[in-house]
Amino acid sequence: MSENLIEVQGLTKKYGEFVAVNGIDFHVRKSESFGFLGPNGAGKSTTMRILAATSRRTSGEVSVLGRDPEIHGPQIRAHLGVVPQEGNLDVQLTVTENLYIYGRYFGLSSKFIRSKIDDLLEFAQLEEKRDTKVDALSGGMKRRLIIARSLVSDPDILILDEPTTGLDPQARHILWDRLFRLKEDGMTLLITTHYMDEAEQLCDRLIVMDKGSIMSEGSPAELIREHSTREVLEVRFGSEQNVRMAPAMEKFCDRIEVLPDRILLYTEDAEAVLEEIVGAGHSPKTSLVRRSSLEDVFLRLTGRSLID
Amino acid sequence: MTLLGTTRKVPKFGARYVLESQIRAMLKFFWLIAAMAILNPLLYLVSFGIGVGSLISQHIGPHGIDGVSYLTFIAPALLASSAIQSSMDETIFSTLEGFKWRKLFFGMNATPQTGNTIAGGVFLAAMVRTVIGVSVYSAILYFFGAMNSPHAYLAIPIAIFAGASFGAIMLAFASHVHNEDLFLTIIGRFLIGPMFLFSGTFYPLKSLPSALQIFGWISPLWHATELGRYATYGHQISVTMVIIHFAFLLVMLVVGLFFGFRQFSRRLAK
Repeated sequence: MSENLIEVQGLTKKYGEFVAVNGIDFHVRKSESFGFLGPNGAGKSTTMRILAATSRRTSGEVSVLGRDPEIHGPQIRAHLGVVPQEGNLDVQLTVTENLYIYGRYFGLSSKFIRSKIDDLLEFAQLEEKRDTKVDALSGGMKRRLIIARSLVSDPDILILDEPTTGLDPQARHILWDRLFRLKEDGMTLLITTHYMDEAEQLCDRLIVMDKGSIMSEGSPAELIREHSTREVLEVRFGSEQNVRMAPAMEKFCDRIEVLPDRILLYTEDAEAVLEEIVGAGHSPKTSLVRRSSLEDVFLRLTGRSLID
Repeated sequence: MTLLGTTRKVPKFGARYVLESQIRAMLKFFWLIAAMAILNPLLYLVSFGIGVGSLISQHIGPHGIDGVSYLTFIAPALLASSAIQSSMDETIFSTLEGFKWRKLFFGMNATPQTGNTIAGGVFLAAMVRTVIGVSVYSAILYFFGAMNSPHAYLAIPIAIFAGASFGAIMLAFASHVHNEDLFLTIIGRFLIGPMFLFSGTFYPLKSLPSALQIFGWISPLWHATELGRYATYGHQISVTMVIIHFAFLLVMLVVGLFFGFRQFSRRLAK
């Protein structure tokens, strides 16, 4: 078992009466890709800010790289790469200048930063844009630049808060590819996301969060095994009909979820269930057979969808 | 468990890296800043110094005000107000930029930089701009013959001191601001304009009715102007007043930096 880079016990953060994070425990091992999955407002970003030593906790124990972020903030931050949810590049400066000044904030020498810039630009696939003002970059390019920027100091842990939120599918896939490369290189990654496909692709292990608490913890496969069935059958009877058809559908499997636009049937063999339904004389307008996902896990744990 | 301490260290005197990036940002607006530093003073110098100045020398004589020429009289005031303007622009806009408009401070704070080093860097950058602005302005004043009293050069450090004090206060205010539209309106319309007009800049404060003189007393520009006149051509004030003027600016500097630095740290650590 490799060593824990992060250890958290009973972490709580309150803003006045509001409890943003409610006594959570977890640890992150070296070279692990660790995810926080949950809807907006689950407390993921707050947790990240505390780990990144930029926010104070209300109570609990937190250790990042063996130190308390509240006491050793600057020392810890010297070893972290942070990709914030809200872009804070200097849009007046060029791509290269942004990388350069960020490296300077770490006190890195000009020579060292300049020697890294080409690699970082290559990693971010921004070689062509090196002298372009950040203002003129697309959303996906900006996000890749922020990730490259976070790597300028050779961090021990990379913290990514909603790295692909707001990007189009193609830009997201490029970004996942880049992050996967870092993971392969042994970088320790902390990722918050409300996209279950992102969590499934990138995270070795994750915690499912809702309303400041941890609902479950494990690898994506473990979570699905534990909280869902192997397969899911989605049937649609039309928006008015779904609720009316729900009692009839319950007979075909152990558990169903009725969503506004469709009914989900949890089963080990979705094809067989679909045949039974059709055989019984029901005629759904559309049907879809798929594997269970983290979305189903979340629905099971909270009764709600990840994306409202 | 000691995992830290192997590769990266916290840079010493981190504010200098923030200063460096602030200067880089300033250079992007070099011509705008340069134009403001040269044109603004020129306008005041020509309209008041030459225009009003010739009126005074025609009607009262060449040593018409306070025993000196009008240009000599207003030079320390113009210099101090230019210093105040530069440091104010730089602290206010950098702070709003950093916390609100482009959120640059939050990016800096993800590195070993802290609220204190960021506030320090912003303030130092404002001082660099102020020193350069005041130097350029004094060269222009010299060229127009407004710096020919024996100790005219003393107006330069006094103006920079005034810029530092006012910049520190503005750093503190701007770091607390959430509604910048209102803030900028108040500063622009109700603070800077009246301060410029009621600080004994263009005529001795004593010429005003005593009720209005109170504006001078709370104005750093008046305190700096009085100090400047005392130092450059021997304007008659008591030693007590010299101490009061100096202390006023010093207190403003210390209080401004204290609250500014504290608020930078608090706002970043939310």
